[in-house]
Amino acid sequence: MSRQSEAQEILSAPHVLEYPYRRSVGPVLSRFFTALRDRRIVGVETKSGRVLCPPAEADPETGATVSDRYVEVGPGGVVESWTWVTRPREKQPLSKPFAYALIRLDGADTALLHAVDADPTRLRTGARVRPRWRAETIGEIGDIECFELETSR
Amino acid sequence: MSDTEREPVRSIKTPMRLTYDYTAGTATSRFLHGIAEGRILGQRCPVCTKVYVPPRGSCPRCAVATEEEVQVSDRGTILTFAIVRVPSENLDVPLPFACVHVLLDGADVPFFSVVQGCALDEVRIGMRVGAAWVEKEQLAPTLQSIRWFEPTGEPDVPFDQLREHL
Repeated sequence: MSRQSEAQEILSAPHVLEYPYRRSVGPVLSRFFTALRDRRIVGVETKSGRVLCPPAEADPETGATVSDRYVEVGPGGVVESWTWVTRPREKQPLSKPFAYALIRLDGADTALLHAVDADPTRLRTGARVRPRWRAETIGEIGDIECFELETSR
Repeated sequence: MSDTEREPVRSIKTPMRLTYDYTAGTATSRFLHGIAEGRILGQRCPVCTKVYVPPRGSCPRCAVATEEEVQVSDRGTILTFAIVRVPSENLDVPLPFACVHVLLDGADVPFFSVVQGCALDEVRIGMRVGAAWVEKEQLAPTLQSIRWFEPTGEPDVPFDQLREHL
């Protein structure tokens, strides 16, 4: 090997690993996503009458299959807990600092995880929030761009 | 509302994308610089004498550094193959095609590529193939400098001579 090639640079390049998955949602979440497309939020009743939102196929407390009763919840709800995201990453819901929050929608007994766009000095557990819908809805969780404080308008 | 809009939502997109900065390291960088010159470089293990292509700088079997650089041939023998009928964004080859492990002459581990230039049912273990390089001015430090392998027309290598590598 010549001296010139001894001095060859170490190569570096971007390497992107991408899985373009599409996931089937099953009969229960199908109702949830189909409702989102119509700008409605639905939960499912368990056999004991609790309302799960997002709906699940089984009652998390008993493991029993849920009922076939779907009820509309929200659109407003209460922040049960939240955490602040100072530097959002590329694929996160908002490009400016925001909160991830567990939101119990009116009429539901469980909480939905979503982003809240709010002034962090005004956001607190117990705050009332409402969804901000996208102009175009396609039947996915991102149809709700984020939640915002009910008092912000 | 159209019929398609009334269809319930049955699936959602859940794409995953991981963006890395890959650093090739000394051995693989030298290999890629060799590719840019139209040469395929490997490294020989000082203990078991096996030649690794592409080189990774060490022998995984003997756990020693591999420093001796050797140029191997751009011709070799198909060790195994699979027919691909599903498109892949990163492979600009018409479907269906055969992806192959080629044991390059002078190397001890197979080299991954695709085969073009013959019918799929002609692709077989023991078949002799050679690298089809891009045009000289397009050579670059990337494996895309080898477009694919194609049959050379040489007689097949008997299975017994390949057994050790399977």
